[in-house]
Amino acid sequence: MRLRDLPRDSHFRRGAADMLVFAPGLAAWGLVTGVAMVQSGLGVALSILMSLTVYAGSAQLASLPLLASGTPMWVIWASALCVNLRFAIFSSQWRPHLGHLPRGRRLALGYLLADLNLVVFQKAWPDRSRHRTGQARYAAGGAAAVWLVWQSSSLAGIVLSSMVPLSWGLGFAGTLSMLGFAYSLLNNRTAWLAAIVSGLGAVAAFSLPLKLNILVAIAAAVAASLVMARIDRDAPALEAPP
Amino acid sequence: MTAITSSALPAAWEYSALTILGMAVVTVVSRGFFLWSRREIRLPATLARALQVAPLAAIVAVLTPEIFMAHGELISTWRDARLLAAVAATACYAWRPGVLGPLVAGLAAFMPLHVGLGW
Repeated sequence: MRLRDLPRDSHFRRGAADMLVFAPGLAAWGLVTGVAMVQSGLGVALSILMSLTVYAGSAQLASLPLLASGTPMWVIWASALCVNLRFAIFSSQWRPHLGHLPRGRRLALGYLLADLNLVVFQKAWPDRSRHRTGQARYAAGGAAAVWLVWQSSSLAGIVLSSMVPLSWGLGFAGTLSMLGFAYSLLNNRTAWLAAIVSGLGAVAAFSLPLKLNILVAIAAAVAASLVMARIDRDAPALEAPP
Repeated sequence: MTAITSSALPAAWEYSALTILGMAVVTVVSRGFFLWSRREIRLPATLARALQVAPLAAIVAVLTPEIFMAHGELISTWRDARLLAAVAATACYAWRPGVLGPLVAGLAAFMPLHVGLGW
């Protein structure tokens, strides 16, 4: 399928539409990130460059104090890698659904797929191990919607940086918009366990540098769900008569 | 040109721009990590299933400190705008599940408390 035919594709449209409910929260987040970039001393041009190329909010925010203090570039790259490491895990989950695309498209689409894209995708296509027709177009629709909302709000934040004080705490709107969605994912025991373990882990490991607490929390949640899967597998065997 | 490219960073503009472009490469590499190879790298089935909780875990790991922590420590007072906003959002979700409802309810609690009372 050609790129310019995508906007008329029903899967693409559904992928984009499923993201619209997150637009207000995403926009608040993007706005705050734009303001934060300029206010950290980056200036307008570098802020625009960062928004348009890096396109990873948490890595961007983590790099701002480092850039402002003149940290060497390789240290900043290493820190961005740490903050982004979770995306490598996510890319293994995208693989079954995007593997049929040519490598260039696979990587281009992968670059545009952030956290929210994967969770929304997995909710729309619950059978996670199999590829189904339309999945790549659905993912592309979600990617396009998030990109548009994020970039436009981030650019607005860059331009309006002097008019939006960070003390308003607008970024919390992003947190609040994720909250309802996170609740909607808690539909079985494994999800509850993962959420509780991850939440506790993220708080307990908060003092780690480079947002590594998020990686620790993910690892703890995955380990917990491994243990749970083992218990579930062994339990019927224990109950069954010999 | 100089007005637009002016920044308050200690490094030269070109150095900072290169640093930022390198970060973009990091985004491409991390998001495309398992998409690069032509052959699919098969993880053990149990691990692959357990990894399915990773995205949910990541979202919860971002949200929890945002709601329960301030200045690197657990919030020790109930007079906190974020805590009360999260309670309002949760109550709204319990009443009517969704994304926008809890966001509006949470902001309705957060803004007056945070901007008005400074909590």
